[in-house]
Amino acid sequence: MTALQEKERLWPGESEDGDQVALTGRRPTPRRVWTNRLALAGMVATVLLTLLPVVLIVFHITEKGLATMSWEFLTQPTPYSFRNEGGGFFNGLVGTGLMVGIAGGFSIPLGILAGVYLVEYGGKRWLARLVRFFSDVMTGVPSIFVGLFVYTAFVVQFGFGALMGGAALAIIMLPIIVRSTEEMLRLVPTELKDASYALGAAKWQTILFVILPSALPGIVTGVMLAVARAAGETAPLILTALGSYKVTTALVNEEIASLTLLIFDGARNPFAAGQARAWAGAMELLAIVLIFTVLARVAASRNRLNN
Amino acid sequence: MVLSTTNTALPVFRSEGISFVTSSDWSLSQDSYGILSFIYGTVVTSVIALVVAVPLSLGVSLYLTEVAPPRLQGPIAYLVDVLAAVPSVVYGLWGVFVLLPVFLQPSASFLSRFLGFIPLFRGPASGISYFGAGVVLAIMIIPIISSLCREVFRSVPADDRYAAYALGATRWEMIRGAVIPRSRAGIVGAIMLGLGRALGETIAVALLIGSRADISSSVVQPGYSMAAVIANQFQEATGNDIRALVGVGVVLFGLTILVNVGARGLVWKMEGT
Repeated sequence: MTALQEKERLWPGESEDGDQVALTGRRPTPRRVWTNRLALAGMVATVLLTLLPVVLIVFHITEKGLATMSWEFLTQPTPYSFRNEGGGFFNGLVGTGLMVGIAGGFSIPLGILAGVYLVEYGGKRWLARLVRFFSDVMTGVPSIFVGLFVYTAFVVQFGFGALMGGAALAIIMLPIIVRSTEEMLRLVPTELKDASYALGAAKWQTILFVILPSALPGIVTGVMLAVARAAGETAPLILTALGSYKVTTALVNEEIASLTLLIFDGARNPFAAGQARAWAGAMELLAIVLIFTVLARVAASRNRLNN
Repeated sequence: MVLSTTNTALPVFRSEGISFVTSSDWSLSQDSYGILSFIYGTVVTSVIALVVAVPLSLGVSLYLTEVAPPRLQGPIAYLVDVLAAVPSVVYGLWGVFVLLPVFLQPSASFLSRFLGFIPLFRGPASGISYFGAGVVLAIMIIPIISSLCREVFRSVPADDRYAAYALGATRWEMIRGAVIPRSRAGIVGAIMLGLGRALGETIAVALLIGSRADISSSVVQPGYSMAAVIANQFQEATGNDIRALVGVGVVLFGLTILVNVGARGLVWKMEGT
């Protein structure tokens, strides 16, 4: 592409120093030149318009978040009234950590196993088709519907709680992990596997000691993106965790907060103190999500299968 | 998932019958559940989001693959990816307290002042409206559509581009003649995926759509969407209300599945020709 872009300034029949050489030899008409310029300017405009919200969001979140951000905010639970200043989102931080942890505990091993099965064992068997079909459909399911499902299937019987929220997040993370694992394993060169088999390794040894290690950075990227996605989810948690002002580590039958739920509540209330906490919470959440996104990038740059 | 949710919602489906989806009479206190206005709101906000997001995403992805100097490609793509990483509740917060007063409210007033004779923009104008929710949705789906389009454009063979240049095409003529025709099916697929995301998006819409169970032909007036009503009313709902909200979810799920299947069919058909 770069060679093409460098050469692109030259029109047919034009030589490096601008002299016309014989070929078809005509410059495009002014109308065509201007259409071209207009189109390119339009593209630049769309880029600027798209980047504007990124810059503004990061700027505003940092600016308004820093105004309330403090050690107290990070370590104290939310006061019972939106009118009261002080306090923080520690209950949300614990809740988010706990639920994302539970979700990861379920979805990471299960997702990687499913990915390995799809590539190394499944082939075109009906079970593999089924798994693939479900992970395809699941990526398109609205996250709030996942919440409704966990609510009707489990919360009605067992009550709101961290385990329920974790289950909903696990369902959201699972297809992301399955797909990224599958993609990465497909990139592992056949020669590598053949070499392992030639040395007399069994299939499980090949998978465990050759295939998985070489695909690891790519799998880690997928896992990190899934974690970032789960940490930022709000809608399914409304229906499964419900929210709370208390710091709790109970797994079942006790309502639990998350950073996202607290921000949502803060954004819906009319009082300045509650809104200020929402901004600081947004900054905390954005930082967490971006850290995982950056980790995903770092892992991706270590990935030798892709390039 | 479908069984469990449908089963819960069944009593409401039974008692309301077809009027569940054809009536827009929604009142928790009177046990009347008609969700037409929510379906309308979901569709309208998603369409607005597409109208705004599609040209922007196409512009960005064409710029990144065809025009941008290699030095700029990485940073711009990275920033657009940041847009994808921002959680929807953060978009909601930012939308309500920053975008609303500085952009959504003024532009809604502007639209109804100068185009108010069209029912689509009839006042009184509010930034908290289908329009406001649609614009924020657009920002959220731009990274999805543009990253998929980028992949599609990148897969156009370099030979096609060389051929267009060899015929004396300008860069824009090359894009129109070589890149776009090769990418149509992929672009449609990307747009449909963005649409699927927009239909199911909950929190940002819940904060910006205005929570009014009403069908208005004007996009600058408040309304409601399916996902938003579930998120907003679940905490106060009891008994039958919860069943009705689960029913809303089932209809929403049906709609997104329809869009996904439709997208597959459409892409498949376009690739065939």
